[in-house]
Amino acid sequence: MTTEKKEIELLTVSSSDLGMPYEWSIGKYGSRFFQEIKGHKRFLGIRCPKCKRVLVPPRRICGRCFQELDELVELSDTGTIMAFSVVNYPFIDPATGTQRPIPYTYGYINIDGSDNIFSHIINETDENKIKVGMKVRAVFKKREEMEGNIRDIKYFEIIR
Amino acid sequence: MDKIAIVGASQTKYVRRKKSEIFYDMVYEVTTKAMEDAGYTLEDIDSVITISNDFWDGRTISCMAVQEAAGAHDKNVSTIEGDGAFGAFYGAMRVLSGFGTTLVVAHSKGSEGDLKVITNAMFDPIYHRPLGLDAISSSALQASVYMERYGITEQQCALVSVKNHKNAKNNPYAQLPMDITVDDVMRSKKIADPIKLLDCSPISDGAAAIIIANEERAKKAKTKPVWIKGIAHCSDAYFLGDRDLADPVSLKDASKKAYTMAEIKDPVSEIDVVELYDAFSYMEPLWLEGMGICDAGQGGQLIEKGITVMGGKLPVNPSGGVLSAHPVLVAGLVRIIEATLQLRGEGGAHQIKGAKTVLAHGINGPCGQSHCVWILGSE
Amino acid sequence: MARRVAIVGTGQTYHKSHRLDVNGRELINEAVTRALADCELSIADIDAIIIGNMDHFESINYVDTWSVEGSGGYMKPIMKVTTGGTTGASVAIAAYYHVASGLFDKVLAIGWEKNSESDTTAAIVTCSDPIWDRFSYSGAIPSLATEASAYMEQYGATQEDAARVAVRERSHALNNPYAQMYNRPITIQDVMESAMLAYPIKLLDVCPRTDGACAVVFAAERVAEKIAVNPAWVKSCSVRHTTTWFGDVDYDTGMLSLQRASKEAFANAGIKNPVEEIDVAELYLPYSYAGLKWIEAIGFCGPGQGPKFIWDGNTDMGGKLPINPSGGVMCTNCIGATALLRVAEAAIQVMGKGDARQVPDVKTAMATGFGGCWWSDVVILSKEKP
Repeated sequence: MTTEKKEIELLTVSSSDLGMPYEWSIGKYGSRFFQEIKGHKRFLGIRCPKCKRVLVPPRRICGRCFQELDELVELSDTGTIMAFSVVNYPFIDPATGTQRPIPYTYGYINIDGSDNIFSHIINETDENKIKVGMKVRAVFKKREEMEGNIRDIKYFEIIR
Repeated sequence: MDKIAIVGASQTKYVRRKKSEIFYDMVYEVTTKAMEDAGYTLEDIDSVITISNDFWDGRTISCMAVQEAAGAHDKNVSTIEGDGAFGAFYGAMRVLSGFGTTLVVAHSKGSEGDLKVITNAMFDPIYHRPLGLDAISSSALQASVYMERYGITEQQCALVSVKNHKNAKNNPYAQLPMDITVDDVMRSKKIADPIKLLDCSPISDGAAAIIIANEERAKKAKTKPVWIKGIAHCSDAYFLGDRDLADPVSLKDASKKAYTMAEIKDPVSEIDVVELYDAFSYMEPLWLEGMGICDAGQGGQLIEKGITVMGGKLPVNPSGGVLSAHPVLVAGLVRIIEATLQLRGEGGAHQIKGAKTVLAHGINGPCGQSHCVWILGSE
Repeated sequence: MARRVAIVGTGQTYHKSHRLDVNGRELINEAVTRALADCELSIADIDAIIIGNMDHFESINYVDTWSVEGSGGYMKPIMKVTTGGTTGASVAIAAYYHVASGLFDKVLAIGWEKNSESDTTAAIVTCSDPIWDRFSYSGAIPSLATEASAYMEQYGATQEDAARVAVRERSHALNNPYAQMYNRPITIQDVMESAMLAYPIKLLDVCPRTDGACAVVFAAERVAEKIAVNPAWVKSCSVRHTTTWFGDVDYDTGMLSLQRASKEAFANAGIKNPVEEIDVAELYLPYSYAGLKWIEAIGFCGPGQGPKFIWDGNTDMGGKLPINPSGGVMCTNCIGATALLRVAEAAIQVMGKGDARQVPDVKTAMATGFGGCWWSDVVILSKEKP
C-alpha cells in the first residue's frame, strides 16, 4: 500500500462546543471604576503626575512615563465620538459561542475630561446619521440590574 | 561564553488566588522590585522579555496585557511562550548579543482558568485531546511507567512531598508550607493513580522577574553578581507513545551541555544545591536521574538515604519547590531566582551554607518533554 | 559581543486558503524541508529552532513541543515566540539573537498558521482585554478602519488612493507562485466595487486568511559564507511594542511604534537616507490604507505624501523603491508566518533568488512586522557585512 492521495477523502475533526471558562480579576482600579458607575453613573479616570494625561479606564501605571498612579479624577457620563465603525460582517462571539448580532456600531469615544479613548457601542447603525465629533452620553442599566462589569453601560447614545 | 550575571531578582508571594490584582499589577510589582534590587532605573534596562501563555491568561497575544507594566513602552521587547527558564534563556542570549542588560518577567494566574481544559489543550487535537488527557492524567502515566520500570515506590515519592512542604516553612514566598507525614500523603485522595493529592503541586497565582547584565553593567548593580556558567535546553519527541517516559533523554542532553559549558565533570560533588521543577513528587527522583545525580532507577534512594534533605549532601529544593508553589510559566524562573538567592547568601532560613554552584531547572510541554538547565555560580 | 549573522536559506509553502491535505505539523514540515533544501543542509545541521504562531487560531497549547515531528525539534533546543501579528518578525529576531549570542551556529526560524481551522475574527477578538474591550471589539478591521478614516480626514486621501496600493500588491503577486492571490490581479474599479466591511475598508482593501508556513535559516559568520553564495547579513533589528491599551493609540500622530523602530534600525544599520539607500522593502501592510500612511511613519516620504509617492510609481517593480515584490500581506496572510515571510522575501531579494520577482541590484532590503496594539518590528538585511 502506498500513501497516494487519489481516493482519500480529507477529514477534519471539530472541537464542537468546547468551552474554555475563565474568571478574570478586574483589579483594584477597574473595580473602583465599576463601583463609581453603579453608585454614581459616572466615569472615573486617573491622572499621571508626569505627563498630566487623564486616562480611562483607570490603571495602575502610565505606560509612557512608567509612573505609578493614584490621583483618581471624577468625569461625567458624556463624551465625543473620535471614530466609529459599523460592523457588518458575521463572526462568532468567543464569549457566547454564537454569532454576535450585527450590524452594530463600534465606537471610540473620548470621555469628557480624559485624554485617551474608551471603546464601546454606539446605538446608531445608520452610517449617515453618525459623524466624528458628535457628542454622546452613556446609557446605563437600571441600578438593580447592574453587575459590576462593562455591560452596566448599555451603550452610548448620540446627543441630538 | 562571555561573562553574564543575574543582578536583580524579585518574586511575589504565591497564593491560590490574587483577587485584587490583574496580570499588569503583578508584572509591575516584580519589575520595579527587580530594578530596585539591582539598584537600576528604567534607563538601565536595555531590553525586555515577557513570558506569558495565551491559554493560561485567556487572551490571545497575552503579552499585550503586560508590556507597558514591564517598562517596555519604548524598548526592544519580545515574548516567549513557555516556562520562565526558557524565557530567561532568551534573555541571556540577548545580553550575549550586545544588550547591556535584559529584564525577564513572567506572570501567571492559575486561579482564573480551568487547569484541566487548559492542559488538555496541549494534547494533539486529532489523536489525544478527545481522550481527555491533561497534565495530571498524563503525569500519572509517566509516574506509572517510571515506578513500574524501577520499583520506585509511592512511599519514596511521598518522602519528597514531606521534604518539600517542610522546606517551604522556611520560604516566605511559598504557598504551601506544611508539616505532613508519609502517612498523610499515602492517605490523601487518589487523583489519578498513582498520584495522590499530596503528590501534586497546587494551583497558584504569582509573578517573578530577573535582570541579566553583562560583566561591565553588572559592576553598576548594587548586588553581588550571580554568574551564569552554563545554560542549555532540549526537547524530546511529542507523542507520549513516541517517548520512553521513564527515560528523560532531553534532560540528559541539556544537563550534559550545561555541565560542559560550566566545566563541571562530577555533578554530584561539584553542585551544592539543586532547584528543580517538581510539579509532582515522582518528578524529583526522575529528574535527578536525568541530571546524572544518580544512576537510572536510583532516584528513590536519594531521598531515602537523606542525601537531598536540608543538611544532606546535596539539598534539593530548599525553597519548597514547585510542590509548594506552582505559578505555571513562572516556576522555572523562580528556580533560577532561588538559586540566585542561595548564591548571594540571601536564602534566609532556607540558605544552604557555602553554596557556590547551584543548578536551576525548568520544564515545558507534557510530562517534561522539554527541559532547561541552568548552572549558576558565585564566582 | 555580538557575532555577525546572515540568512542563508528560506522555504515556504504554496499558500492557500484551505490546506485540508495536511495537518499543522505536516504544513510546518513542508516549509522546513524547503528551507533546508534551499541551503543544502539537513535537519541534523540545525542547532536550535524557534517557532511561532497565534495560539487561538488552531487552539494548540505549547506549540513548540507539539510541533517537533514537523519542525525537526526532536532532541534539539526549541522555543516559542508569540507576539500577535508581529510573531513572524519576532521569531526571526529571536533566531538572530540565538546566533549572535555565540551559543548556536545554525538556527531555524519557523512561522506558520492554519487560519482555516477556526473562526479568524473570533480568535482575534480574544486578543482584546476581556474586561474592557472584548464586549465591543470585533477584530482588526474596525480598528484599522478608524485609522484609515482619521488619515483620510487629516490629509484628504481617498479610497482610490488606497485602492492603488491593493492593485499594486496583486500585480506584484503575478510574479510569485507561492502567493495565495497568485494570478488574481485586480483593478481600482474592482476594489471600489467590492463589499464595504467597515467604512472605508472594503473587501479588496484587506488581506485574506491563509494556511501556510515559512522557515528561514540563520547562520553565524564563520559558516554562513560556506553555506550560501550571497548570504543576507542582518544589519539591524528593532522592535517597539508601544501600546498596551487600544484606547491609548493616537491616530493623528502617525504610527509611533513604526516611527521609533525604523529610526533605531536605520541608525544601527548606518542608513541616513532610507529612500535612497534601501533598494527594496517587504512591508507588513495588512490593508491598503497602511500602504499610504505607514510609509510616512518609516520616513520614505513626508506626512500626507503617501498617495503621491504611490501614484508616482515609486513603489512598483521598476520604481525607485519597490515595495512588496512578493505581493505582500494582502496576497498571503498566514498570520504566524506573515511577518517571517517579509523577512524571508527581503532575504530572497538580497540573495538574488527572487526569480520573476527579483528586483535588480539589491544591496539593502527592509522587512517589517505589524500586529497587536499597533506594534512594529523592523529588520534590515544587506549584501554587506555589518
